[in-house]
Amino acid sequence: MSKVKNAIELESAVIKFVGDSGDGMQLTGTLFADTCAYDGNDLTTFPDYPAEIRPPANTIDGVSGFQIHFGSKKILTFGEKLDVLVALNPASLKVNLKWTKKDTIIIVNIDEFTQQNLEKCKYDSNPLEDGTLKDMKIIKIPVNTIIKEKAAHLNLDNKALLRSKNMFMLGFVLHIFNKKTSYVENYLNKKFASKKDILELNKLILKVGYDYYNELPDVKDISFYIPSAKLEKGKYKNINGNIATAWGLMAAAERAKLKLFLGSYPITPATEILVELSHHKYLDVRVFQAEDEIAGICSAIGASFAGALGVTSTSGPGLSLKSEALGLAVMTELPLVVVDVQRGGPSTGLPTKSEQADLLQALYGRNGEAPLIVMAAESPADCFYSAYWAAKLSIEHMTPCILLTDGSLGNGSELFKIPDIYTLPDIKPPYADPNKPYYPYERNPETLARYWAIPGTENLRHRIGGLEKRNISGVVSTDPENHELMVKLRAEKVQRIANYIPEQEVFGEEQGDLLVVSWGSTKGVIRESVIEMQKEGKKVSHAHFKYIMPLPRNTEKIFSNFKKIIVCELNNGQFVAYLRATLPQFKYAQANKIQTLPFLISELKEKYYKLLEE
Amino acid sequence: MSPIFNSIERSSVELTKEDFVSGLPVKWCPGCGNHAILTAVENVFPKIGYKKENFVLISGIGCSSRFPYYVNTYGFHGIHGRANAIATGVKVANPRLSVWVTTGDGDSMAIGGNHFIHIIRRNVDINILVFNNMIYGLTKGQYSPTTPMGTVTKTSPYGTIEHPFNTGELVLGAQGTFFARVPDNNVKLMTEVMFEAAKHDGTSVVEILQNCVIYFDKGHSHITGKDVKDDMQLILRNGEPMIFGSKRNKGIRLKGTRLEVVTIGENGITEDDILVHDQYQQDPGIHLMLAKMGPPHFPVAMGVIRSAMYPTYDDLVEIQIEEAKKNSNIKSVNDLLNSGDIFEIK
Repeated sequence: MSKVKNAIELESAVIKFVGDSGDGMQLTGTLFADTCAYDGNDLTTFPDYPAEIRPPANTIDGVSGFQIHFGSKKILTFGEKLDVLVALNPASLKVNLKWTKKDTIIIVNIDEFTQQNLEKCKYDSNPLEDGTLKDMKIIKIPVNTIIKEKAAHLNLDNKALLRSKNMFMLGFVLHIFNKKTSYVENYLNKKFASKKDILELNKLILKVGYDYYNELPDVKDISFYIPSAKLEKGKYKNINGNIATAWGLMAAAERAKLKLFLGSYPITPATEILVELSHHKYLDVRVFQAEDEIAGICSAIGASFAGALGVTSTSGPGLSLKSEALGLAVMTELPLVVVDVQRGGPSTGLPTKSEQADLLQALYGRNGEAPLIVMAAESPADCFYSAYWAAKLSIEHMTPCILLTDGSLGNGSELFKIPDIYTLPDIKPPYADPNKPYYPYERNPETLARYWAIPGTENLRHRIGGLEKRNISGVVSTDPENHELMVKLRAEKVQRIANYIPEQEVFGEEQGDLLVVSWGSTKGVIRESVIEMQKEGKKVSHAHFKYIMPLPRNTEKIFSNFKKIIVCELNNGQFVAYLRATLPQFKYAQANKIQTLPFLISELKEKYYKLLEE
Repeated sequence: MSPIFNSIERSSVELTKEDFVSGLPVKWCPGCGNHAILTAVENVFPKIGYKKENFVLISGIGCSSRFPYYVNTYGFHGIHGRANAIATGVKVANPRLSVWVTTGDGDSMAIGGNHFIHIIRRNVDINILVFNNMIYGLTKGQYSPTTPMGTVTKTSPYGTIEHPFNTGELVLGAQGTFFARVPDNNVKLMTEVMFEAAKHDGTSVVEILQNCVIYFDKGHSHITGKDVKDDMQLILRNGEPMIFGSKRNKGIRLKGTRLEVVTIGENGITEDDILVHDQYQQDPGIHLMLAKMGPPHFPVAMGVIRSAMYPTYDDLVEIQIEEAKKNSNIKSVNDLLNSGDIFEIK
C-alpha cells in the first residue's frame, strides 16, 4: 500500500471490538486481523470472551471482545492500552474502559445506550454524557437507525437486519485505518454463498459503515495509516495457537511416518485442537472423541502401543483426570503427547481465562516417581514448532511429553511463516529389530530409550503394562534393587534429553546485572520489557524457557553470569519453585501475577528497577 | 467376517495351543476359574486362524487382568477400568489386529463402567471377556456391582444393599451387538462361544460365570454345579428350539409378552411350541428376556444370546478416511499449510 494522503502514519495500533456475546465480535476481529495480514502488517490477536454461550443480553457477564495489535514493526504482545475501542453496547464499554488511555478513540453504537441497557449494566448515568470519557475522542453513531434506513428495501425483519451491526463497525474502522473492504467482501461471498439475502445485507452494511466515515465532519483528523511490516519473504497465515498445535502434531506424524491418533474430550480452551484435527481425515488423522478425559488419554496410549503417534489434548481439570494414565505411559515407556491448554484454576476455575498454573502438576502430578518431558510453547505460531518438537522427543526417547500452552496462546493468533515441513529436523522412531531376540526394556545405550515393537510384527510379541518390570527382560518384578534401578533409569532417560534439545538462548548480553527468566505465553511482553530496559542503558537480559523438563544443559552456566535473577510467571511461583529445587545455588526474585491477565510492561519494569536498586 | 474391512492377516501355517503359551508361571489360586478360561483362549486362538502376531490382549486391573502375561501374544496390562479405552485406541490405530480384552465384573462395570458402555455403543470390533465372579478378588473380598443383594462380604458385613447389574442387560441396554454367557466349568462351550465372538464384527461381550475359590466360592454353583446344571442352564444354539433339563423335556415358550418354562408332553405342549433361538435378529427384545432369565423360575441362558450385524466403529473410521483421501487434493501437511488464506510477502 502506498502512503495515504492526510493520514497519520503509525508504527502500530491496538484496536478492540467489544459487544454482546452473539454480536459477532470474534468474527469482526478476525476479519480485521486478516485484512491487516493481507496488507502485510505484523500482528497478534487476543479474543476475550465469556464462558457462557449467550448470557443475558447487554449485561456485564455477556461481554465478548477481540483485540488486535498490528503494526509495521515486529509485534510481540497482544497490546496493552487501546488506541481504538469499538463498543456495541454500554456493558462492553464499561468492562473495557480500564484498557483505555487519555487519547483512546471510542466508537459507540449510540442506539444501544438506552436507559434500559444502561440500567442492565448498572450505569447510574450515561457515561457518554456524564464526563466519564471527557478526555477521549468519542464517535457516536446511531448504527441501528442507519441500518434500518439503508436496508429497508431488503425483505428482512429488524432482528435479522441488526445482526449486521458488526459489519457496519468493521467497515467504519477499516476506513479509519485506510484499509480496503475487499478481503472482507471475499470472505462474505464465500461464507454466505447459499444465503443471498444475508450476503447482500452484510455487504451493503459493510459499505454503509465504510462510507459513513465521509458523512462525519469531525473525524477528518482521525485517519491513520500503518505501513507494511518488514517481514521476511515468504508465505504467511494468521494462525491461532490451537490450530498451530494441531498442525505441528500432523507435521510430526508425517515426518515420523506414523499415523496420528488423537483421543480427546471437549474442554475449554483446548477443544479447538480436537475440532481441527477431526477435519483432516484425508491425511489419515484418526480422531476419537472419547467418553471422558481418561478414555482420551488411554485410547492415545493404546494407539501408541499399536504403533501410532498417540496424542491427547486437554486443559487443567482434564490433566488432573489423566494423571493415573500418564503414570502408565511413563511405566510402559511409549510415545505420548499431552497438550494442556492451561486455564485459570483450580477446579473449574476460570475456563475462558488464561493462567500458567499447571506447571507443577505437569512436572509432578502423578503417583510414584514419574518423570516426563515438559515443554511450553511461547507464542501462537510457536505452538506449531513446540508441538512438532514435543512429538519428536516423545517418539525418539520413548517417553510421554506434556506440552503446556494456555488460553491466550490457544485462542490468540499471530502471523505464521509457512515452513516446508521437510526442512524440520528428522524424526526417527526407535523401532525394535525383528531379527533379534526382543527384550521390552532393553535400551539404547545413549538415549536409554527402549525399543518400540509394534503389534502385528513377527517375532516381537511381548507384554508390557503398569506393573514394575525387570530391567531388560520386562518380566513383572517386585525385586527391591531392580525397582530402584528402573526408577533411576526412567529419570536418567528424561535428563539425557538435554543432550538432544537446543541450548538455552539469552536475549541480550551473556552477562549482566539482571537476568529475566520466563516461560510460556509471556515471552512477547517480557521481551518488550527487557528491550525497554536495555534501551534505558540497563544490563538486563532475557532467558525464555521452552524446555522445562529437562532444562537445557547450559542453564546453570547462563544463570551464573548474572548478579540477579528474576522469574516472571502468571501464577504464584511455580517455575521459580522448580528452579529453586533444581538449581538451588542461585537466588531467585519473583514477579507474579494471578489475575488471568497478561503482564504489563510498566509493572514488570517497576519490579526490575526495584530489584536493581536493592 | 467383516464385509468391508476385515483385513486381519491369516496364518499360512496351522497354529497350535503351544504357539500361545507364554511359559510364565501362572499365579492364580489353585481351583480358580481363570485357569479354565486360559485353556479356552489357548484353544481358540489357533482355531481363529490369524497370524499369531496379530492378536493383542489388553486388560485393566484385577485377577482377570493378569491374563495377558500368560498368553504369548502382544499384551498390555493397563490400569483399573481402562482396558476398553486402551483397546479402542489400539483397534482404531490398527484395525488389522484381533483385539481382546480380559476384564472382571468390578473392572468393567464399576470403575470402568463408562468405557464399557461406550465401547459397546460404538460397536468397536473388540472381544471382551468378562470374568464375573461377583466379588473383588485381588483386593480380597469386597462386593462388586454384580454381587447378589444381601451378600455378606468384607465391605458389606450386614449384607449388600445394592441392586446388582445383570451383565447381559447392561450390554444390551448399551445397544450391544453380541452377548454370550458361559460357565467356567464348560471349556468346550467357552471355546465355541469365543470363536463366535471372534467371528462377530463389533463389540463381542462374553460373560464367563467364573468361580472365585477364595472370596466367593460356589457363588455360581446353584447354576453351574454338576448336579443342577442341566436343569439350571439353557444352552442356546442358533436355529434350535430352547430345550433344556436333565430329561431334555423342558423348554422356553413365549406367552403373551413374556417367556415361560413349559414341559414338553404335558398339557399338550409339543416341541413346536418351543421358541427357536435366533441370535442374529436385530430386535433385541427376546435377547434381553433371555439375558435376564434366571432362578428361581427360569434357567440361565448360556451360549450366544445375541449376534446382530451393525456397522463397526473401526470400519466406519476406515471408510471415512478412504473417502476423505479420495475427495481431497491435500495429500500432505505441506499442502495443508499452503491452502486457504495465505498472505505472501515478495
